[in-house]
Amino acid sequence: MTAASDDGFVVFDRVQKSYDGEVLVVKDLNLSIGKGEFLTMLGPSGSGKTTCLMMLAGFETATHGDILLDGQPINNIPPHKRGIGMVFQNYALFPHMTIAENLAFPLEVRKMGKDDREAKVRRALEMVEMGDFGGRRPAQLSGGQQQRVALARALVFEPELVLMDEPLGALDKQLREKMQFEIKHIADNLGITVVYVTHDQTEALTMSDRVAVFEDGRIQQLAPPDELYEAPKNSFVAQFIGENNTLEGVVEEIKDGVALVNLDGGGLIDAKPVNVTKAGERTKVSIRPERVEYNKDRLHADAHTLQAEVMEFIYMGDIFRTRLKVAGNDEFIIKTRNAPDQRRLKPGEMIEIGWLAEDCRALDA
Amino acid sequence: MSDATDTGPVLAADGTPLKRSLARALRAQKMRALALIAPLLIFVLLTFIAPIADMLFRSVENQIVSETLPKTVVALKDWDAKTGEAPPEAVYAALAADLQVAVAAKEHTKVGIRLNYQKTGVSSLFRKSGRQVKKWDLAADAPFKEKFLDVDEDWADVELWQIIQTYSSKYTSGYFLNSVDMELGPDGIRPVDENLAIYNLLFKRTIFMSLAIMGSCVLLGYPIAFLLANLPLRTSNLLMILVLLPFWTSLLVRTSAWKVLLQQQGVINDILVWIGLVADNDRLVMINNQFGTIVAMTHILLPFMILPLYSVMKTIPPTYVRAAKSLGATNWTAFWRVYFPQSVPGIGAGCILVFILAIGYYITPELVGGTDGTFISNRIAYHISRSGNWGLGAALGTILLAAVLILYWVYDKIVGIDNVSLG
Amino acid sequence: MKLKTILLTSGAIAGAAVAFADGHAPMADSMTLVSWGGAYQASQTNAYSDPYKAMHEGLEVVWDESSAEAVAKLRAMNEAGNVTWDLVDVVASDAIRLCDEGLAMEIDADELLAAAPDGTPASEDFGDLLVSDCFIPQIVYSTTAGYRTDLVGDTPPTSICAFFDTEAYPGKRSLEKRPINNMEWALLCDGVAKDDVYDVLETEEGQAQAFAKLDTIKDDVIWWSAGADTPQLLADGEVVMGTTYNGRLFSLIVEQDQPVDMLWDAQVFDLDGWIIPAGLPEERLNRVKDFVKFATDTQRLADQSKYISYGPARASSAPLVAQHATLGIDMAPHMPTDPANATNTFLYNYEWWADYRDDLDAKFQAWLAQ
Repeated sequence: MTAASDDGFVVFDRVQKSYDGEVLVVKDLNLSIGKGEFLTMLGPSGSGKTTCLMMLAGFETATHGDILLDGQPINNIPPHKRGIGMVFQNYALFPHMTIAENLAFPLEVRKMGKDDREAKVRRALEMVEMGDFGGRRPAQLSGGQQQRVALARALVFEPELVLMDEPLGALDKQLREKMQFEIKHIADNLGITVVYVTHDQTEALTMSDRVAVFEDGRIQQLAPPDELYEAPKNSFVAQFIGENNTLEGVVEEIKDGVALVNLDGGGLIDAKPVNVTKAGERTKVSIRPERVEYNKDRLHADAHTLQAEVMEFIYMGDIFRTRLKVAGNDEFIIKTRNAPDQRRLKPGEMIEIGWLAEDCRALDA
Repeated sequence: MSDATDTGPVLAADGTPLKRSLARALRAQKMRALALIAPLLIFVLLTFIAPIADMLFRSVENQIVSETLPKTVVALKDWDAKTGEAPPEAVYAALAADLQVAVAAKEHTKVGIRLNYQKTGVSSLFRKSGRQVKKWDLAADAPFKEKFLDVDEDWADVELWQIIQTYSSKYTSGYFLNSVDMELGPDGIRPVDENLAIYNLLFKRTIFMSLAIMGSCVLLGYPIAFLLANLPLRTSNLLMILVLLPFWTSLLVRTSAWKVLLQQQGVINDILVWIGLVADNDRLVMINNQFGTIVAMTHILLPFMILPLYSVMKTIPPTYVRAAKSLGATNWTAFWRVYFPQSVPGIGAGCILVFILAIGYYITPELVGGTDGTFISNRIAYHISRSGNWGLGAALGTILLAAVLILYWVYDKIVGIDNVSLG
Repeated sequence: MKLKTILLTSGAIAGAAVAFADGHAPMADSMTLVSWGGAYQASQTNAYSDPYKAMHEGLEVVWDESSAEAVAKLRAMNEAGNVTWDLVDVVASDAIRLCDEGLAMEIDADELLAAAPDGTPASEDFGDLLVSDCFIPQIVYSTTAGYRTDLVGDTPPTSICAFFDTEAYPGKRSLEKRPINNMEWALLCDGVAKDDVYDVLETEEGQAQAFAKLDTIKDDVIWWSAGADTPQLLADGEVVMGTTYNGRLFSLIVEQDQPVDMLWDAQVFDLDGWIIPAGLPEERLNRVKDFVKFATDTQRLADQSKYISYGPARASSAPLVAQHATLGIDMAPHMPTDPANATNTFLYNYEWWADYRDDLDAKFQAWLAQ
């Protein structure tokens, strides 16, 4: 077996999926999820993340490869026998049943006695602070309340694995942030394994133990949130996670772990070689807006710097956001903390910017 | 703010009470809305409400006797049928006077036709008598009793006079009583002779068969609608055309096609004989009976079941069934506990449509119904277009209308009418 | 100048001549005729309205195939005060009813209709067939029977009573879904003498007797309500014998060449003809009167039999019955009135049925439904 399948609770082993026999929407997926882990599948729509989730839930079958749950291949087990809890994008609460009936449904089909059932339903509702709503219908609840009920319903039969398919997509920002915290909290308390699908990177970063970034049917990077943000493996991940400035150029030389890049728009910069190995390769360098320095005093003495023209200055309270024109790129953003010693830049002003070589990553072109 | 409400009515900016200026603003709005729907309203009033009102009126209307024979009706008031004797001379004299007027206006035969519904022979009696009475001299030819008896001795029949007396009121419950196999006798309401009783049977049969048609439409239509709602769009569009195809074919052609298929020398029997399931001299009777009617009408009404079902099923997201399965439900449980209840509004709408259409259908039962597959509507059509007994036809139609409204009400009580969706 | 005067003068003379020919009365330039559709209406078009139109340029003739519901529709039109029909083809019993209800105009046959070529007045030429004051007879047709020659074995039926003999002639038979004719035949085949049929049928016992006789074949009967049903059922082999109008059987046998033969025994004569709706405006009435006079003259009635096997209602037309217009066969042997066919006939008793129709129909339908 491959390395991915060693001792994971959920294992995707060389899984492929095609709907029409022509295009692969999932290409050679290998993924191992540990017990109790909160793993997020993040990616733009059409990247294959939802298909993976549906294959795990049993609503789609893998065209090739195995999916293992707790060491057992589950390809041929129908969804209702997999014992996986699932929370859907639009909650999928049964509109013709009350909240309590919705929660009792998974217990009923498991032939649980009435008393046990009621006790469990009550406990699950209390867990999501919806104890008083058992007699209502889904349509009488707000979006956030429905979301809690859907979560409770997915957990009430005590599955070890819970899948969530963009569960917070329909909520407003404030509620979403609150629910992110609650879901994470409940998942940690119960010790369940969660596979979470979203296209919202903030959600992915705040909730997950590990994030799998999907693009074009492949996992581009699988890493904990901080690593994903600070050390993106390629330019797609760098672009997709967080705000990012990109400059294109050619590697001049690589020396002592620092690459000297000659930018297309003019100028030389230092960067950390990630996907480049030798001089002459084309590269996209990626630098986070908050790592760009324009205060001369704080720049390394012999660091390469670039000339920049201030295009726009936006005051955002805790930070300043300034748009610059750098090496022909006029979408270059820098963010600076609103501190007493920080100078406010003016449009039209010419400044010099620089950064630490290790903050600037030379990635694939 | 609160001061204003305490001290008196809230005033608008120009000083008029707010309520009044609001009412004025709304009235203008209402008038505009009314003007917009006026053409439709007038159309519906003229072409729908008015004929129904007219039908309701005809089912009780009976002015012809008292209008054509006014003097006779008055003279008959004091006569008591129980004596068993024909009425006195005064009644005959009144009749002679009435008939002379009626003959001049060609009205006497109409009364004859009306009373012939109640007693056989009155039609020709009036026609025959009219010809004679025309020649009489009212002043000189008295007494008239003998002269009437000379024309026809039926004029001495107590039962005849009883019927004139019974049906002399301006309005009658007679048609409605006939509609439920009852009649107005001299001693009040009584059931009609057994060999005349048919309408109760037909009403029951109509309702039973409409329910059977509705049931088979649900059974056949549900899977098709389910398929339509769950197939990819291109395939389901093709299937939808097949479903709608019968709509675009003439009703008569479709019914005749069923005849060709189902008759004893028809396609199905031929095939059954050919594969040896049925003996050649013992072919199945599948048409000109209830079975044939139910088959043909199910086919004709099926789209009315499928379309509302389809449009409701289309709105049920597939995630519900997925959710149910992920919660541990088998395919069947997921369908029965989660999908089916949500499709009930479609079933309700389809059932109401099919049932109400079926209950009033008459062309198909007429063509393939035989003797035991005919509906009450066939008798209504007969009375309206053939026998000319519009009063009875109207009464039957009114009862049918009332039956539909009652069933609608019952449905509302049991299922709830807001639980009906056409999509 | 001179030429113009001449033209004008001759035009005026011609106009005056037309007006004179039309009886000095203004006539409507269109009329709506109501008939039964199909081959029968086609025969009327060929024999009556086309020749009439050829004589009257610019006249518009509209046909409405509503005769089956003529009573109801005419009554509705009358109540609405807008009678759009000018001349309606109906069976005699409907004519009597329309006359009774005052919906049809009473006519004087001798004044309205043309005399026979030998001068016999119309009232004598039509004779007994003038069954109502409003009725203008046109044809004599009969309701009679046909049977499949290939399904009756070696002894083809010769009597109407074959319908009641399911042992000799097994299989389905088709009868009309109404009491008229069927009740009479049932009694005839139950031993009642022809002259006594209506007397017996007037009594409760007689009616019970007729129903009892019909009961013996109730399960073997397919009941028809449209004249086209029996020919179709015979053609499909669904029934071994069935009743319908003789013209329908004629086209089945002669034109479609099906293995079917006529069973003329106890055929019931009936009449079909015109009525003029009551209360027509002057101009339309004049037009209709002019048309009817033409369309019911001796030659025109005889012409109709070129297209359909119904007998002309005038005595004087009978000798003029010729050959079928397209098939070229003699029509006389196919007429219900032909002596060879009319050995045993029955005449529809209009008066009697006008009285008993409501009652017996209700009983018949109740009997059917049981």
